[in-house]
Amino acid sequence: MTTTKASTAASVPANGEHVADEFLRRETFAGRIQSTLHRYPALSPALVLLLSVIVFGFLNERFLRPENLSLVTQQVAVVGALAVGQTLIILTAGIDLSVGSAMVLATMVMAQTAASSGLPGLPSLALGMAVGLAAGVINGFLVTRVKLPPFIVTLGTYNVFLALTLLYSHGATVRGGEMPGLLTWTGTAFSVGGVRVTVGVFLMLAMYAVTAYALRSTAWGRHVYAVGDDKEAAALAGISVSRVLMSVYVTAGATFGLAGWILVGRINAASPNAGADAHLDSITAVVIGGTSLFGGRGLVWGSLLGALIVGVFRNGLSLAGVDQLYQTLTVGILVIVAVSIDQWIRKGRA
Amino acid sequence: MTNPSGRRSRRAATSRLLAVSGVVAVLLAAGCTTDDGTEPGGAETDGGATTDGETIGVSLIVKTTTNPFFVAMQEGAEAAAEAEGVELTFAAGTEDGDEATQIEAIENAISQGQAGILITPNGPGVVDAIEAARDAGLFVIALDTPPDPADAVDITFATDNFDAGLRIGEWTAAQLDGEDAVIALLDLFDDQVVTVDYNRDQGFLTGMGIDVADPKVNGDEAESGEYSGGSYTIVCNEATNGAEDGGATAMETCLSKNPDINVVYTINEPAAYGAFQALQAAGKTPEDVLLVSVDGGCAGVGYVEEGIIDATSQQYPVRMAEEGVRAIAELVRTGEAPETTEGLDFFDTGVALVTDTPADGVESIDHAEATEICWG
Repeated sequence: MTTTKASTAASVPANGEHVADEFLRRETFAGRIQSTLHRYPALSPALVLLLSVIVFGFLNERFLRPENLSLVTQQVAVVGALAVGQTLIILTAGIDLSVGSAMVLATMVMAQTAASSGLPGLPSLALGMAVGLAAGVINGFLVTRVKLPPFIVTLGTYNVFLALTLLYSHGATVRGGEMPGLLTWTGTAFSVGGVRVTVGVFLMLAMYAVTAYALRSTAWGRHVYAVGDDKEAAALAGISVSRVLMSVYVTAGATFGLAGWILVGRINAASPNAGADAHLDSITAVVIGGTSLFGGRGLVWGSLLGALIVGVFRNGLSLAGVDQLYQTLTVGILVIVAVSIDQWIRKGRA
Repeated sequence: MTNPSGRRSRRAATSRLLAVSGVVAVLLAAGCTTDDGTEPGGAETDGGATTDGETIGVSLIVKTTTNPFFVAMQEGAEAAAEAEGVELTFAAGTEDGDEATQIEAIENAISQGQAGILITPNGPGVVDAIEAARDAGLFVIALDTPPDPADAVDITFATDNFDAGLRIGEWTAAQLDGEDAVIALLDLFDDQVVTVDYNRDQGFLTGMGIDVADPKVNGDEAESGEYSGGSYTIVCNEATNGAEDGGATAMETCLSKNPDINVVYTINEPAAYGAFQALQAAGKTPEDVLLVSVDGGCAGVGYVEEGIIDATSQQYPVRMAEEGVRAIAELVRTGEAPETTEGLDFFDTGVALVTDTPADGVESIDHAEATEICWG
């Protein structure tokens, strides 16, 4: 419809559209926020983290002490490491419920082989990593070759790995003293400006740096986003979808072993009871971090922010003397808010 | 041009057909095969020799197999079953708190027409299933953890968890010798209320001489006040899920709130181990802090020997399971039901304080003695 030469002379658009259309397409403040968040998905979790640190610091000044903040990073290191693999999988519009139990299986294997078979540190660690990779391969195979939905596959493998862990370990914990030092090395700490930071935290940060680089600056990274965004279009563009998916699950498998290593160092033991909710915690971190559950959008750094937000909330609420049940409630609300924001951003334009 | 929608609709029809036949096949299989008592959490059926031609079937349903406590129970039950000629079916939840798997196991026991059930309830959700079992004529014994309400089962064979907490509380008060107590309470859950959680915690505080307000609720005590030897401050009630990583995180949080903690109560030994790691990382030496726990497994007694745990209350899960199996066998053979211990509303399988630093007026055994009778 072109009622171009209307009475609103000066504001007649050059392409001759109706004034009403122009009004509808106007840039509102909300719209500007929407498009900014669309362009920088890690912005909202970063702001939430900053805000929560300020608020909790205000509620209890002990919160802001460097030792406490360092503690929070140590507390989220394991889930943070798992979240790296989980981010990759969620970027391809998949999900992995087996991350926690695969990680614990890897820790039990590396610990038991060292403790009972007397293998030195490096081979046992390598064996544990191999178990993690194998778990990733199994998941990837079932998703890409047997073409089952990732949710179903990993729900099944979650139980399989859990059972394998119990069968293998008989429920027994392996103590730090019974293992070679290499396995608990991630728990050793050193002073950074007077604050205690563990090797595990650095390992986690290194995992993030490497993955972020791979996702941003390699062809593989572009393919991961493409597959997650629109599988068919990616296939039509010549990307081997099943190979990309397989590589994602195998990479996630590598993160299971590394996260397991960080866990052993943190608690100075390999315990089959550990990581009970790790799968849900890793998904929570990824979602709060701004990665879309529908795939194709998100930054891996966002997951680190998401993990930190959960850790900060738990620690901050505890220090503020709030009942523990409210911690669980708050995390649930955070997830819902994060996903709602994600939905709203999707409607915006870059 | 090919007809993609035609292919797709044919494929859709085929998958529908497959799905329906799959469901029908499963239903037929379930209806036709007799229930052989297999549970998702892992089960074995021990064929037992019968004494009078009638097989006595008993189900042992524990919380989870990740805790060596329940593994010890299983071993005790199997040994007793062999000796008594009882056919034992074993089942476990997938994790502490998993009520659904336990409910299924109870229902299976009913449909198999077993004589009795030994169960460590994962939560109040199993009470209805237990009632149904009793109505069907099965004798239900709760092990280790009485359900809430306690009369939901026929009888409970348990550790007096309140007593277990009491002993470590009394020991701690004696050891403090008048010093101010800055207490961290590392409990089990923050999203469930179970008897073992509040009984041990409140027992500990009562042993210390602290007023516990409601003995069925953790965390409702006054933050500061007087204990039997001086003044106290309670810094935190944090949940550990009874595992090492939970223990470490909980201890760290408590230390952040107040770095001067000198008394740490933990729900069990894995949590204590994790707490110890956190204390060490914070630069605390074992002399600075009294770390107490409950369980007395062989690993835990080892921690006492090494100085990781200062005192722990030892319990006897093997005895619970053995007595439980025997009681049901007795009941079937002679009609005599087991009786509660005098003065208590359950059958007390005993508790002993294990420590290498005994305190005056508080009975205890040392780690060497405890190692001979420890479980796991």
